[in-house]
Amino acid sequence: MSAAPAGYGQALDLVTRVRGVRGAMLVSADDGIVVAEQLMEGIKGAAVAALAGSVASRLGRALEAAGLGAGVFWHLQAEQGALLVVGAPSGILVVAVAEPDVNVGLVRLELLRAAEVVA
Amino acid sequence: MTTRAVEAWTLEPLVKFVKEAGARLVLVMTSAGQVLAQHGFSRAVDVMSAAALGAAIMASTEQIARELRQTPFAALNHQGQRHGIFLAGVATSRGRLVTLAVYDLDVSSLGLVQLFFEQLAADLQAASPKDSVPKQVLAADFERDLTDSLNTLFGR
Repeated sequence: MSAAPAGYGQALDLVTRVRGVRGAMLVSADDGIVVAEQLMEGIKGAAVAALAGSVASRLGRALEAAGLGAGVFWHLQAEQGALLVVGAPSGILVVAVAEPDVNVGLVRLELLRAAEVVA
Repeated sequence: MTTRAVEAWTLEPLVKFVKEAGARLVLVMTSAGQVLAQHGFSRAVDVMSAAALGAAIMASTEQIARELRQTPFAALNHQGQRHGIFLAGVATSRGRLVTLAVYDLDVSSLGLVQLFFEQLAADLQAASPKDSVPKQVLAADFERDLTDSLNTLFGR
């Protein structure tokens, strides 16, 4: 795991302590760049952040166009893993990279708590 | 939107970068501002201005880095309300090149541009002719070279 700036470590710890989570990141929603990260070796943080930022931006516009308001939580399930994201009001995305069979409910709960910490 | 190259080896990496990063306008040029490839520009005068300004910004920041006794800055990003401008250098066998990318914030982001710029840099390094000696820009040839390049870049 790589080090996160002080203050954000607490938020990332909440997420990474869940079994099946390979890493957690704070990502600037507008830019898709990494603010802080705690990732296992082999996870490409910059790529995950760019993907999360891009998807969040497009989803946000789609939700707005559909009259559903701002997105709260989204979950991308892939063959070899999952991406779970919660947006904080400060414009930060709290992102978890997890095993495919992770407890999604628990991760969601910790992501929401982490979002409160960085809000 | 058209993508054209004066030096053919730059075309494929550029097309791939534009597609993946969602960039609106891109120039690949030498550090002197000689354009090797472009995407999205419709007027020669815009290419000339953008190349001259991009090369000048890179030269200025390189000088600032030198004054600070640092290695040259890797990349510069300037973000406005609707567009972002990304400027970065690439070392190739053809010499040091400069890439200028303009992206819409609705379509792309700094993260995406940075991510796929790394791929562009690797692709340009791999594709650049290994045995070529960078051609010196001579004042006598400058106007003719510029006209030839612009004709190629705009399919004339």
